[in-house]
Amino acid sequence: MKLEGKRKIWNEYQKDIADDKYFYVRSCIRQAVFPGSENTYLRIMRDVLKKDVHESAHHTTCTGIGYHTEVVPFETIQTVVARNFALMREAGYENYTPSCVTSFGIYTEILDTWHHFPEEKKRTAEYLKKATQRDFQEPGNMAHTSDIIYKFRHQIAEKAKYKLVNRITGLPLKVVDHIGCHYAKMFPEKGIGGAEHPHVLAGLIEAFGGEVIDYPERRHCCGFGFRQYFIKANRGYSIAASKKKFESMEPYQPDLILTNCPGCNYFMDRWQYALAEMEGKTYDTQGNGIPVLAYEELAGLMLGFDPWEMGLQMHQVGIETLMDKIGIPYNLSEKYKGAKGEDLGVPESPRNIKFYK
Amino acid sequence: MTKTVAIIGGGVAGLETAKQLNSLGYSVKLFEKTNTLGGHVAKWDRLFPNKRHASEVVSSLTLSQGNTQTITETTVHSIKRENQGFVISANSSNHEADAVVLATGFELFPAEKKEEYGYGLFENVITSADLEQMFKKHGKPVMASGHKPVRIAFIHCVGSRDEKVNRPYCSKVCCVTAVKQAIEVKEALPNSEVFCFYMDLRMFGPGYEDLYKEAQSKGVTFIRGRLSESSEIEGGRVLIKAEDTLASTPLKMSVDIVVLMVGMSPLRGTNKLATDLGLSINADGFIAATDLHTNPTGTATNGVFVVGACTGPNNITDTINAAKATVLDVHNYLSR
Repeated sequence: MKLEGKRKIWNEYQKDIADDKYFYVRSCIRQAVFPGSENTYLRIMRDVLKKDVHESAHHTTCTGIGYHTEVVPFETIQTVVARNFALMREAGYENYTPSCVTSFGIYTEILDTWHHFPEEKKRTAEYLKKATQRDFQEPGNMAHTSDIIYKFRHQIAEKAKYKLVNRITGLPLKVVDHIGCHYAKMFPEKGIGGAEHPHVLAGLIEAFGGEVIDYPERRHCCGFGFRQYFIKANRGYSIAASKKKFESMEPYQPDLILTNCPGCNYFMDRWQYALAEMEGKTYDTQGNGIPVLAYEELAGLMLGFDPWEMGLQMHQVGIETLMDKIGIPYNLSEKYKGAKGEDLGVPESPRNIKFYK
Repeated sequence: MTKTVAIIGGGVAGLETAKQLNSLGYSVKLFEKTNTLGGHVAKWDRLFPNKRHASEVVSSLTLSQGNTQTITETTVHSIKRENQGFVISANSSNHEADAVVLATGFELFPAEKKEEYGYGLFENVITSADLEQMFKKHGKPVMASGHKPVRIAFIHCVGSRDEKVNRPYCSKVCCVTAVKQAIEVKEALPNSEVFCFYMDLRMFGPGYEDLYKEAQSKGVTFIRGRLSESSEIEGGRVLIKAEDTLASTPLKMSVDIVVLMVGMSPLRGTNKLATDLGLSINADGFIAATDLHTNPTGTATNGVFVVGACTGPNNITDTINAAKATVLDVHNYLSR
């Protein structure tokens, strides 16, 4: 691998990202599957970086999954998106930052549609007015929240308590990055580093001292191809896609999988458990599985946030192996306690993947 | 008084034009931006379809220049019409001419633009031009590590017939070049496995089809399918993914070297000269001739002519023919 070649590509795909005053919109599925991740993002932005991040309780899902599964018509999703834009302007903000990669793709696609087909925008404005009495303006700047963390990665790394380094060997930990398809594959110029060799997560890994690992199936689907998973009969394709990736990365023995998409994070985590149950195999050497984190979860961990406060116990593959390698202390007795110390109950142990409790 | 013709570009188109104009008694000034004549052909090892050494063609053209004034390492910045002639500004000096021939040629498609193929990233992903350099230097392909390659894949149509990179046209010569190079690899490394991934094989010229048959008889495997992506694996080898569209099946294989058959792209810089002279540019970025069928060397501007690959992809034979035709047009113009 010629790193200078990669750097050349990365330099060609950069984009303007606002410095402050963000309007934040949540993902519809992250709250369900990794409920601490978005709060971790807000904590980093507000408490560590001292940024102004505004949320509206009135914002809704972008309806992207419904759109991609042909349940929600294009006119409807444009109007829903326009409503969220209207809420941002009403709150006095213009920098739109969605937490979900599918949403980011939706917003990008719709802004591009409006650019090329202004009549669609005009019609959407009419629908929005009719339905909600609201007016909207396009964002002044739009960036995915992984772009924001990327932008401030060096500042975060400066404040970090830990590095992506093995505390015993002193060697960088090996990390594979997986970028959500809708982040850059549709509009490569909207992704940091483009679609083929994105830098948005690689840059974060480098900033924390880790080593980015390329592997042959790096670009392959995580397993959450919508038509693979949402059509029940196709779910075999979903787990097969994930398996192909794990088999491809296995020879490189990564210490961590880093993602920027809710679906990728979920499927690459959960399908490791499912494959272990089905085939008795994990893709590390110790029967632990390969931990999977989102960008803000990794940043939070490096900053010294408590792993259980961040909700990392919600990951199927235990994060403990990663924390042990880095030397991050954790208290297993707190793992399944609620915010007020209440006992949440310990999940049933899987058979073939190591479970820490 | 002897009339002067300025030729911009010292590749085979410019050289043949200069040679013929010289023989008709014109004063010829040939401008070449590099320090060598012969253009892309001078960088090639051997030519299709007969594997003749490219240097023979270049030598033959350069040695027959007569009184041509060759001005190398000189970039033409602008050409302006003045009175009945033209003023050519090049490297801060001005030259006068009665007619101008643009023979600026092409540039190779920058393979880095097909990011998914890994050129510039993976050390054993090379272009057809790089392979010619290897043949010149070593007489055979060599891996970046110095090891002998065992499996080599040629990828046709890189930067040709590809709307994604804004190159929807066929570059004409890449298919036959790939077939020629595949044969050369088999001749240099008889135990190697050689694969050509193609969309269609456009073997239009004399001897081309024979070359294709020779490649098959030498064991080159032709797979109809376009590469989707490549990745680097252990030892700097390359894993490629494609679809075999005849077998309707996806395909994945590891190879030691991937050769990207880069197409012809319009030369950046030519457009400015063409615009200065009031010439039209085709949708594909090459210079438009007055009439594709009946006047392929004329332009909308009196006294300005075009020849060779600045008008679109061309092989050497067609370029030489076009140069002879251009010379006749120039002569007619200057004899008015």
